Amino acid sequence: MRELPALGPNRKLKLPKQAEQTLDNGLTVIAIRRSAVPLVELRLRVPFGRAPLARAMLLSQTLFSGTSTMSTTDIAAGLQTVGGALDAGHDPDRLLISGNALVTGLDRMLEILAGVLTDATYPTDEVATEREVLVDHLQVAQQQPAHLVRVALLKRMYGRHPYAVQTPEPGQVKGVRPGQLRALHADRVRPDGATLVIVGDLPPERAIEAAAKALDGWTGLARDAVVPPVPPLETGPLVLVDRPGSVQSSLRIALPGLPRQHPDHAALQLANLVFGGYFSSRWTENIREDKGYTYGPHSGIEHSVAGSALIASAEVATEVTGPALLETRYELGRLASLPVEAEELEQARRYALGSLQLGISTQAGLATHAAEYAGYGLRLDYLAEHAAKLAAATREDVFTAAQQYLAPARAVTVVLGDAAAVEGQLAALTEVQRA
Amino acid sequence: MVRPTKIPATKYPVERLTLGNGLRVVLSPDRSASVVGVAVVYDVGIRSEPEGRTGFAHLFEHLMFQGSENLEKLAHFRHVQGAGGTFNGSTHLDYTDYFEALPGNALERALFLEADRMRGPRLTDENLRNQVDVVKEEIRVNVLNRPYGGFPWLKLPPVMFDTFPNAHDGYGSFVDLDSATVDEAAEFFQRYYASGNAVLAVAGDLDVAEAQALVERHFGDVPERPAPQRPSFAEPDLTAERRAQYTDPLAPLPAVAAAWRVPDPGADLTAYLPYVVLAEVLTDGDASRLVERLILRDRSATSVGGYIGAMGEPWEVRDPTVLILQAFLPPGGSVDKVLRTVDEELDRIATGGLAPGELARTQARMATHLLRESDPVISRALRMAVLEQQRGRPELLNELPRLVASVTAEQVVAAAATLRPERRASLEVIPGVQA
Repeated sequence: MRELPALGPNRKLKLPKQAEQTLDNGLTVIAIRRSAVPLVELRLRVPFGRAPLARAMLLSQTLFSGTSTMSTTDIAAGLQTVGGALDAGHDPDRLLISGNALVTGLDRMLEILAGVLTDATYPTDEVATEREVLVDHLQVAQQQPAHLVRVALLKRMYGRHPYAVQTPEPGQVKGVRPGQLRALHADRVRPDGATLVIVGDLPPERAIEAAAKALDGWTGLARDAVVPPVPPLETGPLVLVDRPGSVQSSLRIALPGLPRQHPDHAALQLANLVFGGYFSSRWTENIREDKGYTYGPHSGIEHSVAGSALIASAEVATEVTGPALLETRYELGRLASLPVEAEELEQARRYALGSLQLGISTQAGLATHAAEYAGYGLRLDYLAEHAAKLAAATREDVFTAAQQYLAPARAVTVVLGDAAAVEGQLAALTEVQRA
Repeated sequence: MVRPTKIPATKYPVERLTLGNGLRVVLSPDRSASVVGVAVVYDVGIRSEPEGRTGFAHLFEHLMFQGSENLEKLAHFRHVQGAGGTFNGSTHLDYTDYFEALPGNALERALFLEADRMRGPRLTDENLRNQVDVVKEEIRVNVLNRPYGGFPWLKLPPVMFDTFPNAHDGYGSFVDLDSATVDEAAEFFQRYYASGNAVLAVAGDLDVAEAQALVERHFGDVPERPAPQRPSFAEPDLTAERRAQYTDPLAPLPAVAAAWRVPDPGADLTAYLPYVVLAEVLTDGDASRLVERLILRDRSATSVGGYIGAMGEPWEVRDPTVLILQAFLPPGGSVDKVLRTVDEELDRIATGGLAPGELARTQARMATHLLRESDPVISRALRMAVLEQQRGRPELLNELPRLVASVTAEQVVAAAATLRPERRASLEVIPGVQA
């Protein structure tokens, strides 16, 4: 037998050079240097909590549809000329504008961005086009099992909370008028409380200077975007959503999560890894590598500003839907009832620490992480603090977190599948309620 | 007119060596982050699988994770992730890759793991049956249980091509997968997974001399086996238009994909490059020809895409390959009309040429894409490995942005002129669901 080589000495997590400044208009600019490639990454996070859903989503699709001096194609061509592109996306917490360009194009990209932020016109024709495009995309989503089960799960988890519905109905989108988009833009697309992250091959001070110069004409005080805290999960019967003829069942389990700042977050993250958070987890080794029920089960902690949840997902063959749920509950129950093995914990710990290193080893990774953390009032140095907590978590800490948060008794379960084929299998294990 | 942006280049160092057993090695140090990417590619892919064994190359890729000479089942996953790393493998038309991204202190471990399975995977009937089940679930997730599954990457090749290697379904039929045997897997390994048929590439936080010594230590005694003779997969170009259609029972909207043969990427890179650029001129962003015409002006499509090769990897595919254009249509949209408009737009380029700045901005954006793709150590290792395998030129990674920028408007115009209807194979998706 050949022996597995030992790992070299741990290399300490090295955070890149960064600078931060809040501009007079209230926009916080965070600039981070990574010089590996001559590019720049940009993320602008604007708080968008409690914005009307259909309008907010269509706004994200039409933000770049024109200004008083530029058309859709002028904007796209202008960005392309410096190797750039910008795109906007929306979730219940924020509007996120993302882009990248050759580093020599930063000033031009910011100039075009400023034009859009201060002067987007939502032209009638372009809005009509993007509205139809969005409606068509929603029609396609309604045939995607992953989307359908997500819709059912959010509804089940959040009840009447704003997070319960995160995709508008096509009919709601059809009713949105350009004037409403302009009003929403004026009301919510404001610098105060927003964060701009710039990562790239340039000194952070220069990036901040460029942003300050380009965006000083963007003004507006923050609006109240506070989403009320999410309600606690309420346990109850398994919710079964019928999708006749489905050759797989989409299994989703929601459990309580913890925000990143919580003292038990690191321990819960480790417990989740051992359960199903990476390939070498008990769940994957059981229902994929031993039983072949599924291709890729996964569980993870999903953070939103108003609360966090742990969500486990697997697409399993229709005929083994019951057995897959049985094994899933068994693995959750085992983790909540017995301490993890020492080596199992070390493996998960090293994985979590390595993921931090890999996550910040690219410009895009740095930008995405920094913008995400900023939405929670955190900075990249959170990574160092979090690494220390991951390193310090004991078996007892992890067991306590698992008992508290991964107990199957606390699970909320939703299954989307061919109800005629799976209802009996599921009802043998737990009470089932049709959606 | 705007002055064209200067296209930058990376200068990643490249060291090449060949071990006594014929294994080719590429080392590319970059100390900008303490992470390392390890990639092994074998010169075997979907096109090489035997008739009656559709999906075998991919199934075999799964078997390479099921234990090897010194490693039990599950050990590979645990050792990579337990070192803080991530792993995967993927099967392509012309190659199969295996890779890890890890903190820099785990380099030797990754080399050990890859060398161990290069000596031989543990092929057992139990693991084979388990992975046949897993692969079937993978196919259900990605093809059978969702709208537009396999469109167009699995569905278009049989319209375009006539011979088994180029035309067949690379995911495989369940009948073929079920009848695969351990003996066939052993034979497949013996033939294609030879040291002389593989390339190892390591990129990231490494010292060349140290890494070279580690590579010698772990791969030096992998038994020597020569590369098998690679057959020609050449097929004549189409001489008459081909049209096909099928009903997707889960699709709510019509869609169409069209393909034209392009020059041999290996034999004549200069002739091939204009087609890679043309695909972007036609479809990259709101200022591209087909987005502007089909989506923004005519509203005859709601999304369009254009790329080279069924798997969309212009720098990792051999002859014969194709330029593909695809579009999703609004409800009731006419595929004939979309194809006619595409012909018109190609004609417009062929006869009217490109607009001022149109080529330069497209090339600038392509440069950003290429540079951005090379930022993660693992993408860099993978691309260098394939460039070494298919071209003997891993350093081409550094040159691609400027090579793309060297394509002239005349070349793009000439390329557009070859995309005639009589050389086209197209495939229409008829929606099986009322939108």
